[in-house]
Order: sequence, then structure tokens, then C-alpha cells
Amino acid sequence: MDASAHSATDTHAKSMTGADIVVSCLNEEKVKFVFGYPGGAVLHIYDALYKQNGFKHILVRHEQAAVHAADAYSRATGDVGVALVTSGPGATNAVTGIATAYMDSIPMVVISGQVPVPAIGMDAFQEVDMVGVTRPCVKHNFLVKHVKDIAPTIKKAFFIAKTGRPGPVVVDIPKDITAHVADFIYPKTVEMRSYNPILKGHSGQIKKAVKLLLGAKRPMIYTGGGLVLGNGAAELVKLAKALNFPVTNTLMGLGGYPATDRQFVGMLGMHGTYEANMAMQHCDVLLAVGARFDDRVIGNPKHFSGQKRTIIHIDVDPSSISKRVKVDVPIVGDVQSVLADMNEILSQEENQTTDTADWWTQINEWRGIQSLDYAYSDTVIKPQYVVQKLWEVTKGEAYVTSDVGQHQMWAAQYYKFDKPRRWINSGGLGTMGVGLPYAMGCQFADKNAQVACITGEGSIQMNIQELSTCAQYGLPIKVILLNNRYLGMVRQWQEFFYENRYSESYMDSLPDFVKLAESYGHVGMNITNPADVEGALKEAFDKKDKFVFMNFLTDQAENVFPMVENGKGLSEMVLSPRTASRLKGEE
Amino acid sequence: MRHIISLLMENEAGALSRVAGLFSARGYNIESLTVAVTEDPTLSRMTIVTTGSDDVIEQIIKQLNKLIDVVKVLDLNDGKHIERELMLVKVKATGVHKDEMKRMCDIFRGRIIDVADNSYTIELTGSCSKLDAFIEAIDRSAILETVRTGASGIGRGDRILKV
Ligand SMILES: Cc1cc2nc3c(=O)[nH]c(=O)nc-3n(C[C@H](O)[C@H](O)[C@H](O)COP(=O)(O)OP(=O)(O)OC[C@H]3O[C@@H](n4cnc5c(N)ncnc54)[C@H](O)[C@@H]3O)c2cc1C
Ligand SMILES: Cc1ncc(C[n+]2csc(CCOP(=O)(O)OP(=O)(O)O)c2C)c(N)n1
Ligand SMILES: [Mg+2]
Repeated sequence: MDASAHSATDTHAKSMTGADIVVSCLNEEKVKFVFGYPGGAVLHIYDALYKQNGFKHILVRHEQAAVHAADAYSRATGDVGVALVTSGPGATNAVTGIATAYMDSIPMVVISGQVPVPAIGMDAFQEVDMVGVTRPCVKHNFLVKHVKDIAPTIKKAFFIAKTGRPGPVVVDIPKDITAHVADFIYPKTVEMRSYNPILKGHSGQIKKAVKLLLGAKRPMIYTGGGLVLGNGAAELVKLAKALNFPVTNTLMGLGGYPATDRQFVGMLGMHGTYEANMAMQHCDVLLAVGARFDDRVIGNPKHFSGQKRTIIHIDVDPSSISKRVKVDVPIVGDVQSVLADMNEILSQEENQTTDTADWWTQINEWRGIQSLDYAYSDTVIKPQYVVQKLWEVTKGEAYVTSDVGQHQMWAAQYYKFDKPRRWINSGGLGTMGVGLPYAMGCQFADKNAQVACITGEGSIQMNIQELSTCAQYGLPIKVILLNNRYLGMVRQWQEFFYENRYSESYMDSLPDFVKLAESYGHVGMNITNPADVEGALKEAFDKKDKFVFMNFLTDQAENVFPMVENGKGLSEMVLSPRTASRLKGEE
Repeated sequence: MRHIISLLMENEAGALSRVAGLFSARGYNIESLTVAVTEDPTLSRMTIVTTGSDDVIEQIIKQLNKLIDVVKVLDLNDGKHIERELMLVKVKATGVHKDEMKRMCDIFRGRIIDVADNSYTIELTGSCSKLDAFIEAIDRSAILETVRTGASGIGRGDRILKV
């Protein structure tokens, strides 16, 4: 611990227990919700939080859900999410949630109880080396060994979590020190000689970038989760509008640019639109903003780099730049600050017009292929149709969370997000089971908002116990279960790459979801007929104060298209059979 | 290519495991890693010898810098530098080996620091390649035991790594 964090002086410091210090720190940070689950090592802290009325504690049914809910709360609001778990099994249950947040760079502080300091290393009851276990999946972690270190450590934890490239920070606190007494002084500032993220972009590089953008013939703007995390959407819209450039978003970046705008070409990547992937592959100047050239985004990197283009990359984390793809103009900095500088420089240029007419003609030709077209059926419910209707019924205003699988891709493709922080899903780790706890986090973030959880029958069962938490807190979430009786995404890969050998991808012995929901006091609905989809959705969203579990029996054979298969280049997409045969017919 | 990287980090519990964990988690090579506290007791200095393409080394430096406890990172290969490693070798010192070991030790400017009935322990300092050369030069069958510290590195002249 370096000395500077202790330096704040407060003449009327109050003496209190470590547990009270923990609670006071959270209140100093203006935390509104702590998602958690009690146990032996955190009993002093639970006693302390019982006696305060600053933040509200939300009791989940499994620690994994506590961390996911805190994570979603952060994604929805931009504030640091907070979770509290006990030592040992409580701590290990939290790990999946921590790793999920880490992969998507979500700012979060997780406080875990630990066995008393003298018992550490003794294989004590419910002891696990939490700092060791979480080291590879946190931005940073701490084991606090002295009561006087609690406040400065928590201060640092919040600071580290939310600055630079955000991420989860674990603070592991042994039980004995939560009973020890110390003066409570919450440091006002943090200074760390070893941690100074760069926020302001290099002006020379920014000028160079603007010149390149103005000279582009086939420009493309590709934005990711970083644009959302850094609250840069407004600046990006300004830039894209001024230049009249096409924009694509990654799965994590959806909502960073309004999906209903003409310049938006859809999501790119493995299940991106034809026009987005073609434009990404064939552009001559690429502006990448808070996106990390993930393998699900650019396909085979050799194929991607085979096409010549000039790449400008804005990212707050230098290690994201030139990691998978060589970049020509790196700009290390915060998206909002760099984009604002770009807009400023652009506005001073004498000639701001760009010549992109031919490029737009090309893009519109690609668009004309209508790669997201699907065959509506009046006998079996198409999952895409449910998502489209959900978008209409909620007027595109809902918070939409999803689990992981085919339903996640359809949600991303067919719900048009016009605002950032409305689309909440696990992209980097791809964690099944996040959907329901994510919906809880969103509903706590915005208690009057419409919150829809688009899920699969496989995923929802990974945290189904949270139906109970939703009952306890009266959360009016709407679960949109696209029930295909398959681990659909697995089945799709088995159909494509394993000659239809559906090994263990069938979901048998499903519960009666309606009865299950009703047993918690929720409303359950079965929807089996395509004609009923819209009416059922309206009915559900009209129940403003009710949790509604909608079980849509959907087409079991439906697949997600377009698809860039593993190892293939971005422009080597497999189109849906319907699109492919339509194109053939047109020839 | 072989690179020798120096870094300064907060002298805190667990700091070493963060660096070691980074190398194993990301599959980077590690030839040697040495660490000890500096004249400033709040700082540790580490020397890491690694191999990799330019791209990999660039990522290693960036990833090291990203660790919250790391204060400064320097790729010593970017300029003139010196590296030294210490090796202790216990060798047979009987029959023909007795004089031979003394002679080789002198040639490599080592020192015999322990003499027992049947063995010598030789202390040798130098670049890693010099130590390798010594091992190559003596009769393999005479080696009883070796222990090496791994390289420590420092920039020449004005190249100073300090907070
Ligand atoms: C089943 C499945 C299918 C998938 N298919 C696709 C697909 O088809 N297309 C797709 O795009 N993804 C897909 N993904 C998601 C994919 O795995 C990655 O998670 C995602 O593409 C990464 O998004 P990103 O590049 O926006 O990076 P993120 O993980 O969101 O990273 C954000 C980047 O922004 C930077 N950053 C953060 N804050 C700031 C700031 N303030 N200023 C500047 N920079 C900042 C970070 O350093 C980081 O480099 C799929 C996932 C699953 C589970
Ligand atoms: C925790 C976890 N286990 C396994 C997987 C691998 N996996 C990815 S998608 C998927 C199937 C999901 O099935 P379901 O929730 O029914 O969604 P569907 O694809 O049918 O829409 C599986 C098993 C995962 N992503 N997460
Ligand atoms: Mg399914």
C-alpha cells in the first residue's frame, strides 16, 4: 500500500469497526445497491449494513447471480456495480460473474469475506485463496490484512474499476479485521505512481486521422463496447453525420450508433449483416473506436489483413491496439475525449466534404441482398419474428438482456437499439445464465423501465432460481423464452460441422414454465401460434407491475444467418438458404 | 528473438505471482525471471528474459505495463545494456578432473568457493552465454550439480530505470 492513499486528513475521524468502515466506504461512494448473499465470513458486515440506510442490499439466490446483477446494473447506468459474498463457496460461486464482467470490461467492485488473518493458509473452514483464484480474471485484486487499510483499499478499488479500461476489482476482507476498530477516514483522492491511464489522445495522431478520414473513398466506422463504456455515442454520431460515413457496431457496441439511422449497416462479425462485413472487408480507411478486433468480428485475421486498408484505432488500453491486427494510426485515449477532439479539428477544416457517393451505391447494393430476411410461417413461431414484434411492442425503448445462444444472435440482429446501454449481454465470455440476473440489474437501475430478457430454455435454467428474487422485490421483468427444445447454437454447429450428430444438445424434461412461474406468484404464458405472438406481447407489457414469463414454442430447426464459419474470411459468409435461393433466382 | 526486460514494481505481496501468472496465462516464453527489492524498499526490480517475435514482445511490454502494480517497464534490448548471471557449479575434483577444473575455472575467471574431498564448488558470473560456454567447455560427466540465478540486466551509461 503506498502512503499517498493514507494522506487525507480529517480532524473529526470517527472510530468504528472494520465492518462499519466497509459500509461507510460504500456510502461514501454513493452506492445505491449492493447485490449479495451472507455467510460466516461476512456476518459482521451484514450486521453493519442492517444498521445503516444508505445503500439497499439485494438478496439473490446464488452468488453468481449477485455478480451478474451488479454487472448489469453497471452496464445500464455506467456506475460501478457492487457485490458482496462470503468466503470459500460464496467466493468461488462469484467467479463466473467476475470473469464475465472482466471479458466485457465492466467496472465492478466485489467484496468477498475471507477467513481470519491468523487462519489464512491453514486450510481453515471455507477458506479459498480468492486473490489467487481470481487473479487471471480481474483488473486488480486486494487482500486487506489490517483494519486501517480497508478504507484506502476500497477507495482504490473503485478508482481502478472505473478509470482507464474498466474492469472488476476484488477486495478480499478477512473476518477478524471487520471486528477490529480504527478511525474512519475516507481518502478524497487516489494517487498511484504505478497506474495512470492516458485519457487525452495525441493531437498529432488525431490530426493525421482526420486528414485520412477526409481523404477516404471507401470509409468505414467500426465501434465497439468501448464507445458505450466511455459514453462517446453522441460525439460519434456527430462525427459520422458530419462525414456521412457508414457505421457498424460489434455485439458489445450495439446502441452506440442508432440502429434505425440510414448510415447504420448493422452488426458485423460472425453473425453480422452482409453489408457490414463486406464494407469492413473492402473499405480503404477504417476508423475503429473502442473495439478490439475480436476473432468473432474479423474472422480469419490473415484473410482480413490480405485486403489493404488504413486503420485508425482509438482505444484507452494500449494492449488492445495492434494485438490481432496491425494498426496504422494508433490513438491511445478515452473515446469521448478523442472523438470530441476529432470533431473540433474537423470543424476547423476548410473543406469538410467527402466523396462517398460511389461507396454508398456499393453498400446499398450489398444491403439489397437483405441478408436478415427470413421465412415467416403461420404454423410455427419463428424466433426472429418474436424479436421483431418485441421491438415494435416496446417501441424500441426496452432494456433487452439476453443469454447465450441462437436467441442472443437473433436479439442482436432484430431488435434495433437506438440508444447505448440498452442491450445487455455477455459477449466476451459468452456466459449462459446471465439473462435473468442481468434483467434484475437493469430493473433496479431503472425501476419504471420496460425490461425484457430474451433467453433459451437451456440458458434460463442456469439461473432459474432468481425467479424467487424477482418475486421478493416485485420486479416486473418480462422473460421472452425462445423455446426451441435444443441447445440451439450447439445444434446448429453440429448440423453444419458434425453431419447432424446432435450429441447431447437436446433439452429433454423441461419444466412446465407456466406453472413454475406461477409457483413464484408470477404470470406465465404459453404461446404456440404465430398469430398470437403480438397480442401476447402486448398483454404481457400491459401488466406493468407483473413479472411475466412468456414461453414461446419456436421453430426447432431455425439457424442463425449469415454466418462466417470458423477460420473463414469476413467476406466468405454463408447466407440463409432463403437468401441464397432468392439471389440465384435473380441471376 | 531473445529479449531482456527490466521492470520496477510495487514491493507488495502477490506482485510476483501477477507477473508469473501473466506469462503462463498468455503463453509467453519465460527463460528466466529474477526479482529482489531495490534501494527503495517500496520497489522491487525484476529482470525477465523471454523470447518472441517483435509483435509478441510488444504485447508482453504492453501487458506488463497494464498490471496495476507495475511502475515502469524497459526493454533493455532497445539500447546498450549489460547482463550478468551468477552460477554455482559443483564438479568432481578427483583424478584428472582436479587440475582440469582449476584450469577451466581460471580461464573463465571463476572462483572456487568450496573445496571438499572429492569436489569443488565454482562460482562464475557473466552473461548467460558465458555461463553456457563454461558448461560446454568442461567435461559433462564431471558436473555434479548446477544452480543459476537467471540474468539481471541494466542499461549502459545514461539509460536509467528509476521512478
Ligand atoms: C454466441 C456468440 C456469438 C458472437 N458473435 C459475434 C458477432 O457476430 N459479432 C460480434 O461483433 N461479436 C460477436 N460475439 C461477441 C465477441 O465474442 C466479442 O465479445 C465482441 O465482439 C467484442 O466486442 P468489442 O470489440 O466491441 O470489444 P469489447 O469487449 O466491448 O472491448 C471494448 C474495447 O474498448 C476499449 N475501451 C473501453 N473503454 C474505453 C474508453 N472509455 N475509451 C476508449 N476505449 C475504451 C477497451 O480497452 C476494449 O479494447 C459473439 C459472442 C457470442 C457469445
Ligand atoms: C455456461 C455455459 N456453458 C456452455 C456454453 C456453450 N453454449 C453456447 S450456446 C449453448 C446453447 C444454449 O442453448 P439455449 O439457451 O437453449 O439457447 P438457443 O441456442 O437454443 O437459443 C451452449 C451450451 C456456454 N456458452 N455457457
Ligand atoms: Mg434452446
